Amino acid sequence: MITLNINGESKDVDAPADMPLLWVLRDLLGLTGTKFGCGIAQCGACTVHIDGAPVRSCLLPVGSIGQRKVTTIEAVGATPAGAKVQRAWLDLEVIQCGYCQSGQIMSAAALLTSKPSPDDADIDAAMAGNICRCGTYVRIREAIKQAAKSA
Amino acid sequence: MRRKRPSMLKRFGVLVAVVAVIGLLVLAWYGTRPGPFAFANTKTVALDQYNGHPTGVPADFKDTDPIARGRYLTEAADCKSCHTTEGGKPFAGGRAFKLPFGTLYSPNITPDRDTGIGAWTDAEFLKAVHQGVDREGERLYPAFPYAAYTYLTDADVLAIKGYLATIAPIAHTPPKNTLAFPFNQRWLMAIWSGLFNPNDRFRPASDKSPEWNRGAYLAEALAHCGDCHTPRNLLQALDNKQKFAGGDAEGWRAYNITADANAGVGTWSDEDLANYLANGHAAGRGTASGPMAEAVNLSFVRLTPGDIHAMVAYLRTVPAIESSGLPSPKNVAASTDPKQGVAAEFEHGKLIFAGACASCHDWSGVSPLSTEATLTGTRAVNDPTATNIAQVILHGTEWKVGTDSIAMPAFGAAYDDREIAAVANYVTARFGAKASSISAGDVRKLREMQ
Amino acid sequence: MTEALIERTPHSASRRAFLKTGAAATGGVLLFGFRMPFAGAAGDKPSAAFAPNAFIRIDRQGVVTLIMPQVEMGQGVYTAVAMILAEELDANWDKVTLEHAPPSDKLYGNPVFGIQVTGNSNSIRAFWTPLRKAGASVRAMLVEAAARRWKVEPTTCRAENGEVIDASGSRKLAYGDLIDDASRIEPPKDPTLKPVSEFKLIGKPLKRLDTPDKVNGKAMYGIDVLPPGVKFATLMACPVFGGKVAHVDDTAAKAVPGVRQIVVLDDLVAVVGDHMWAAKQGLAALDVSWDEGANAAISSADVWAQIRAASEKTGVVAKTAGDAAHALTQGERLDAAYEVPFLAHATMEPMNCTVHVRQGECEVWVGSQVIARAQSAAAKLTGFPLEKVIVHNHLIGGGFGRRLEVDMVEKAVRIAQKVDSPVKVVWTREEDIRHDVYRPVYRDVLSASVADGRIVGWSYRITGSSIIARWLPPAFTKGIDIDSIDSAADIPYDIPNLNVEYQRDEPPAVPTGFWRGVGPNNNVFAIESFIDELAKKVGKDPVAFRRDILTKNPRLLAAVNLAAEKSGWGTPLPPRVGRGIAAQVAFASFIATVVEVGVDEDGEITLRRVVSAVDTGIAVNPDTIVAQLQGGIIFGLTAALYGEITIDKGRVQQSNFHDYRMLRINQVPSIEVHLIASGEAPGGIGETGTTAGPPALGNAIYAATGVRLRRLPIDRTALATRKPT
Ligand code: FES
Ligand code: FES
Repeated sequence: MITLNINGESKDVDAPADMPLLWVLRDLLGLTGTKFGCGIAQCGACTVHIDGAPVRSCLLPVGSIGQRKVTTIEAVGATPAGAKVQRAWLDLEVIQCGYCQSGQIMSAAALLTSKPSPDDADIDAAMAGNICRCGTYVRIREAIKQAAKSA
Repeated sequence: MRRKRPSMLKRFGVLVAVVAVIGLLVLAWYGTRPGPFAFANTKTVALDQYNGHPTGVPADFKDTDPIARGRYLTEAADCKSCHTTEGGKPFAGGRAFKLPFGTLYSPNITPDRDTGIGAWTDAEFLKAVHQGVDREGERLYPAFPYAAYTYLTDADVLAIKGYLATIAPIAHTPPKNTLAFPFNQRWLMAIWSGLFNPNDRFRPASDKSPEWNRGAYLAEALAHCGDCHTPRNLLQALDNKQKFAGGDAEGWRAYNITADANAGVGTWSDEDLANYLANGHAAGRGTASGPMAEAVNLSFVRLTPGDIHAMVAYLRTVPAIESSGLPSPKNVAASTDPKQGVAAEFEHGKLIFAGACASCHDWSGVSPLSTEATLTGTRAVNDPTATNIAQVILHGTEWKVGTDSIAMPAFGAAYDDREIAAVANYVTARFGAKASSISAGDVRKLREMQ
Repeated sequence: MTEALIERTPHSASRRAFLKTGAAATGGVLLFGFRMPFAGAAGDKPSAAFAPNAFIRIDRQGVVTLIMPQVEMGQGVYTAVAMILAEELDANWDKVTLEHAPPSDKLYGNPVFGIQVTGNSNSIRAFWTPLRKAGASVRAMLVEAAARRWKVEPTTCRAENGEVIDASGSRKLAYGDLIDDASRIEPPKDPTLKPVSEFKLIGKPLKRLDTPDKVNGKAMYGIDVLPPGVKFATLMACPVFGGKVAHVDDTAAKAVPGVRQIVVLDDLVAVVGDHMWAAKQGLAALDVSWDEGANAAISSADVWAQIRAASEKTGVVAKTAGDAAHALTQGERLDAAYEVPFLAHATMEPMNCTVHVRQGECEVWVGSQVIARAQSAAAKLTGFPLEKVIVHNHLIGGGFGRRLEVDMVEKAVRIAQKVDSPVKVVWTREEDIRHDVYRPVYRDVLSASVADGRIVGWSYRITGSSIIARWLPPAFTKGIDIDSIDSAADIPYDIPNLNVEYQRDEPPAVPTGFWRGVGPNNNVFAIESFIDELAKKVGKDPVAFRRDILTKNPRLLAAVNLAAEKSGWGTPLPPRVGRGIAAQVAFASFIATVVEVGVDEDGEITLRRVVSAVDTGIAVNPDTIVAQLQGGIIFGLTAALYGEITIDKGRVQQSNFHDYRMLRINQVPSIEVHLIASGEAPGGIGETGTTAGPPALGNAIYAATGVRLRRLPIDRTALATRKPT
């Protein structure tokens, strides 16, 4: 049994220590908002926050998390940055198929937390690890800037 | 026929000339050439004069089954990595070794009678392993490290043969070597051997501890560390004046493992060294990749803790030798802010790093995913040639201990030479002590070596 | 088994209100149906609902449920389809609820293809009139019902916002109160449609209905379903196309904790476990030897050798005008051949399908562009009648044509037949890339002659695989593949003498399939690159040259002019920076696109700016059209820069995003899309950007470097002016 702090709740999971957090979330806890895209830290679809920092859950062994706080897309709206990002995403109609967007939103929310008013270079550096096959990049950039402006 | 004769004469002339020159050159300093144990200048005695347990399987090796013992030694000698192709059947040979003057292919050493060594007698096998002469009397190329294996006891060589006899025979004939003249003249290796293969068995040092002697036997006779980590002279023989000061292996740099504090492992703790050998990773030091990862995955992980520590004890006594150009590794993490640190000339490398690398290695160099993927403090990012960084990017690497594993994919197929050079230079500049300036051309050469 | 996709509670205020309350986590004003209709708990069809046709259902509360014949994969079709229905129905937009259509070619078949398919940028084009009629006829029935109650002439009443209102405006009846009477009224044969001028919803940039659940992880894709008792599986088919399993040693795999079952079929192996990790680890531990079969020696070189040979032979004439052969002897002549590679779809959501085969019945959860085909495929494999195969469609995490196939359903059903619980079969990305159906390699051979700055003779031969012949055989007639010649036979330029040929050539071993942009992708790349070459040949500016031969195509001419103007065409640029234009009529949309790139001395390319001008007829939801163009252009540029699937020893060599590369946000410039107002029927839009990107890029690279690339992906080494040191 491994005890995790996920979205403010303590959860016990029966998982091998080397099992990536992604599958614990999706398959054991039913938190399917976090997506599987590549499994090799190349696409960002599986991004979650560990103590607020963006981490690729597809390669994060669940045994290595310990007491650190895990936040997923299901709860990021409860954080100030997350709520801003979600709102901007809808206002600017960023989303197409939406499959990558959980990861995009998690990366963007983490960026805004560490850099409340990011410039293009900040956005490039923070978001380049998130692939969007539908090509929503132009609007992601706009939406991050709008979220930063929004109170 | 007629028209051929002059050219054949000419060839022969060239051959004679080459041999003569080489012979003289080498003989000039041959006498002064030290052996692998010279650094320790100790009094040695015959094996049976020494009461310790330097050879064979480790003293505490429980299994009495001779096959198990043969297997242990086969793994300690790391026969499998050279005699197996990627995805090929174990020990069936055919692995290519690209040399400047052609390609060598390792032979099949499975017990198949026709294509392997199933028909070899003990004497024939001993002669091959100790002297580099196969059963047809053909000279073997020193890519087969018989100058190291020559120190193995007959008993150990035959234990290895005994184990090899039990593996699945595979009928497989590796490709023919493609060496250019004069290197395709196997008999020339007789000269090489005469000069560089002492052809004597291991003699323990009476004034050294049993652990040191065991370590010496493991490192020199079995693991043949020097074949990669000791630089070579112009005839490709180990230059033990520079023992363990760093060499190369299949286009990868085998770093300085002497006690030198900057270039070598002088600042590593015994525990660091033991972890690195036994697990392929030492926190804050780095993770084995390329040929060293193979040595770890196929050989060192199988050794007993006692043997690992014996190797460490031995390694510790190898005197420090500086390597110009290898700064002492930078141990402080880079900024987590992508904007801090490296200058604009690395923009292109940064662009690629942001997309393909930062998710795993982080802008700080400290991986949020696994310590094995942490770049901070590793030798490779502190190597201003960026050779091994480029190699890892090109070919990827996998770290695997038990069920634990983490892999980096090979980016070589989709990223061009210029991109790989740019990102490698960005990585050394951001995380290392000294920025590299590897070029697209250098990267292309590394590709060609594979 | 209907699934409410999107529900709004009657008290629903506008989306803004919802956003202000920010009640995403609790659902707030927007309640998302998606109650998983597992067998037993299926459906939420209100009793006594009024369902006059397959697209509309109204309950007593006046909630209007719209059934979506086309599936949402990011193109915004659910919103657009709902807008069209609600427009003609005069429904209260805030009360519409959406449902995925159940499988039925009969009820939901795409009028163009006759089967239930979402593809070819055909949703709005094909359903525009049928949906308007469906809405209008129900509106007429409700108005009639109210009129009878009030004993007045229906013509004196009008419908608005979910109510019928009488002439005086004093009496109102809500739709919900009229459903019983309305159900007794005969639907009108030919209901009157609204004049465009009266549209209230169509043409407004309305917010997408599917997106709110996509920002909080609630949206359900096929890969997200978790039926009770589900097990997780991942699979590996023989890496060589057509190969079979020879022998499997599963000792190590069985020892992996969490592994429950190893399924070995003739062409694939799968590991079933308590979670995907166990399945993945188990698969890695499985020792499989394959009987690689006939294709084990095929390589890309063989593929190209074959198609190059085939492309030199005369093909089937698809279109001919004047005397091309003679005209080609006049003026200045140019000949060229263009080549495009195999491409994988790499949808962000990897292939997956969840199946439960039970006693006498089979239930399938999947996101499919061809849900009826998914159902019949499952029925065929299980031997169950259609009605015993329950299929639930889902949101799609990227289709791009990949989900026009049902191989992922077939494999999952075959695996599920061996498993006595529901099993979710998820492909690894590696499997997804190595067992795709690939955009075919094409080779296009062109010749043209130019006199007095105009093209007088034109000959174009397309050679490649016919996907249609496999996918919709009846549509493959007289040796012509209608998709492969799309945008080539009907070339928009004014060319008096032309000859367009098609040559079918199936590649060895490699399965081919539709890929975003389909036929026009290949044709527009070759044609627009070649047009640029012709302009150069006669020393004319690429835009000016096009203008002169667009005399018979005012809509495209207008797009070219607008794109040129907005992109600052002709204004000076730094050295090794260039602009390229591409014009196209594809999927009934008229588009001109200008790409601006910089190429450094090592051949590395920087995208600087993209400007696109679009006339797609009536823009049902203008914002969605802009989004589709932006995304489509990036999709196309990604392929042009990096996309190529290569074959060695009968296997695909690429496997994941490290070697099948994607453009990333830090490489993508601003993309401006300018819509041209139009009253024409709506054109298709989902694939147009993908088609536009590559030729505009190639032409821009030529403008920047003087190097003409006739092959995709772009060979950057050919653009380097200094050799690597
Ligand atoms: S699934 Fe984790 S980065 Fe792609
Ligand atoms: S929205 Fe479809 S992958 Fe990003």
